Amino acid sequence: MSVRLRFAILLAKSAARVSRGLRVGGGTTLPGRLARRVYPEIVGTLASQLPRGTVVVSGTNGKTTTARLVAEMVKAAGLRAVHNRAGANLPAGIASALVEATDLRGRVRGDLGVFEVDEAAFSLLLPVLRPRVVVLLNLFRDQLDRYGEVEAVAHRWRAALQGLPEAIVCFNADDPQVAEVARDLPLSTVPFGVEDRGCGLEALEDAADVRYCYRCGIPYTYEVVYLSHAGRYRCERCGLRRPDPTVHAEAIRVDGTRGAEANLVWPGGGLRVRIPLPGLYNVYNALAATAAALSLGIPGGAIERALEGFRPAFGRAERLRWRGVELEILLAKNPAGLNALLRVVDRHPPAALLVAIHDQTADGRDVSWLWDVDFERLQDLPKRIVASGLRAADLALRLRYAGIPEERLLVEPDLARALRAAAQDVPEGGTLLVLPTYTAMLELRRILQREGVASGFWEA
Amino acid sequence: MELRVAHLYPDLLNLYGDRGNLLCLRWRAGRRGIPVRITPIRLGEPLDPEAHDLIFLGGGEDRQQALVSRDLQHKAGALHRAAARGVVILGVCGGYQLLGHAYRPAEGEVLPGVGLLDAVTEHPGPQAARLVGDVVAECALPGIGTLVGYENHGGRTRLGPGARPLARVVVGFGNNGQDRTEGAVCGTVFGTYLHGPVLPKNPRFADHLIRLSLRRRYGEVTLAPLDDRFEEAAHRTALLRARVRNR
Repeated sequence: MSVRLRFAILLAKSAARVSRGLRVGGGTTLPGRLARRVYPEIVGTLASQLPRGTVVVSGTNGKTTTARLVAEMVKAAGLRAVHNRAGANLPAGIASALVEATDLRGRVRGDLGVFEVDEAAFSLLLPVLRPRVVVLLNLFRDQLDRYGEVEAVAHRWRAALQGLPEAIVCFNADDPQVAEVARDLPLSTVPFGVEDRGCGLEALEDAADVRYCYRCGIPYTYEVVYLSHAGRYRCERCGLRRPDPTVHAEAIRVDGTRGAEANLVWPGGGLRVRIPLPGLYNVYNALAATAAALSLGIPGGAIERALEGFRPAFGRAERLRWRGVELEILLAKNPAGLNALLRVVDRHPPAALLVAIHDQTADGRDVSWLWDVDFERLQDLPKRIVASGLRAADLALRLRYAGIPEERLLVEPDLARALRAAAQDVPEGGTLLVLPTYTAMLELRRILQREGVASGFWEA
Repeated sequence: MELRVAHLYPDLLNLYGDRGNLLCLRWRAGRRGIPVRITPIRLGEPLDPEAHDLIFLGGGEDRQQALVSRDLQHKAGALHRAAARGVVILGVCGGYQLLGHAYRPAEGEVLPGVGLLDAVTEHPGPQAARLVGDVVAECALPGIGTLVGYENHGGRTRLGPGARPLARVVVGFGNNGQDRTEGAVCGTVFGTYLHGPVLPKNPRFADHLIRLSLRRRYGEVTLAPLDDRFEEAAHRTALLRARVRNR
């Protein structure tokens, strides 16, 4: 091992120890940033040591949950996973995870890497990680100020995949934009998708979800829509249609915010599982993770154990008890994600709802996306909606336009005060649902830690 | 009284919250007892220049803009007839670019616009930085004051002598990041890079457009004042965030 590499590892490990000691964050990106400064090739160098290769998970929504599911499946199969579990999905975060699993002699203690990768960092990391399995979840309109246009992201993904000598690409066949990325790649592909008309919608929810045939440029026709623009689609002009999924979910039953049941089916196998994660979007995550695990040769039994015993990450369907109320926190990142959450809220209304919108870089500095969210669904429920965060005023205006009467609306930009006010409306044992953007979620975590709620309960 | 709004290409030009502008028109006219009828007009569908008081075009990604540019050539005559009659036309971002003479995207062919605004837009190429961030601008029209919003565009727009800027940039880039102009006005035709969306957070601008739209058929209309506490709070927040971030 070179002196430079040894120094990079030592430096990063010290930084991780110091930042943990000072309790300034979990040390998820700083160590990697330092290591990369000293030894820029560190990600590739360490990742290449993993004897069973690497899995890369990318997409707009569901990266953290899906990568965690894959890591649990890997562990259930008796293998050691190196995983950027805290959701730090840029090169520095992945470098941190790798260094953490490496001893001072530069030996990586792990069998397999499971990395969620930011959509925008995908092109950079793919040639470095040279993954064995790539999982493409979905492509929704996210933070245009960070990622640019959806189609531009799709093009970059495709170019990066074309540069891989070999890999198995598991992709969401129901998302036309993702299917386009995977179309005719010189790699093995495992399309996954939902086959259950019972949980479909009649039509696209919003004009913003329209996707166009890449050959003809005309909008796809949908037989059934599952989520945003994901569904069973085809082009009326050229006949292009959704690829048949190799791994699919059927007989889905969504049980409010508590979880879902589904049959996961693949050639020559399948299982009925109960997933302790809410909403159809998490059935997609489970399906994606299953497709990845199968591609790694992990047996069905390990997949089942990992799914049923899964514990969500903070802000991804976490439930906590606080001041006699059941606190449920679901990360709201973008219109597609928030619309999926509101669909769940719609069917299983909480006693009170707190939505917290920040506009820091990690949230997207542009809050226009609030106007693409179907807050109209909240017209009849719940009793009280608290609008909070740095952009509480934007949210409040959007909610007024969505038909929420002023007397049901409380605007409180300060998150700690908003949380207390919202909890007051909840009867003993009732649920307060909190939908924060990313940095609002981090702030919420700090507030709850200060209040002594299950301090250290979450690892992420 | 009725406000008739045509929403051009709702399934192609809808980048980031554009529908908020329509919700705003419906809300603000509706509160004054003026019903709003919104007619979506898609690719290949005819545009009747007599049938609308306000025509709205939102923003789109490059591929969508190429489709729109082609189709818009068939509607250019109707749009010019409408504008000549005093129909209000508002284009935001991509829609604004196509109301000008032409848009040259980062890659590919020049997309012809409809020439309702004396403006030309060029993207300096795929390597050029996009103009992204908060915008605060002083509106050139009387009685409107400060406009707030967010911009995110690759194209740089330059105005010709036939168009006036809609506003003067205080924070942000505006049309091109150089001459401190933002948007364009030519008679009753308006273009702006502001989304956020622009109308809900800038209620005086929204009312100006509503009044102008109604004038052709109903003469000068006085709009009763509304309780704009939520609008003003959102406006102030945008202003504050823009200042904090651009100190």
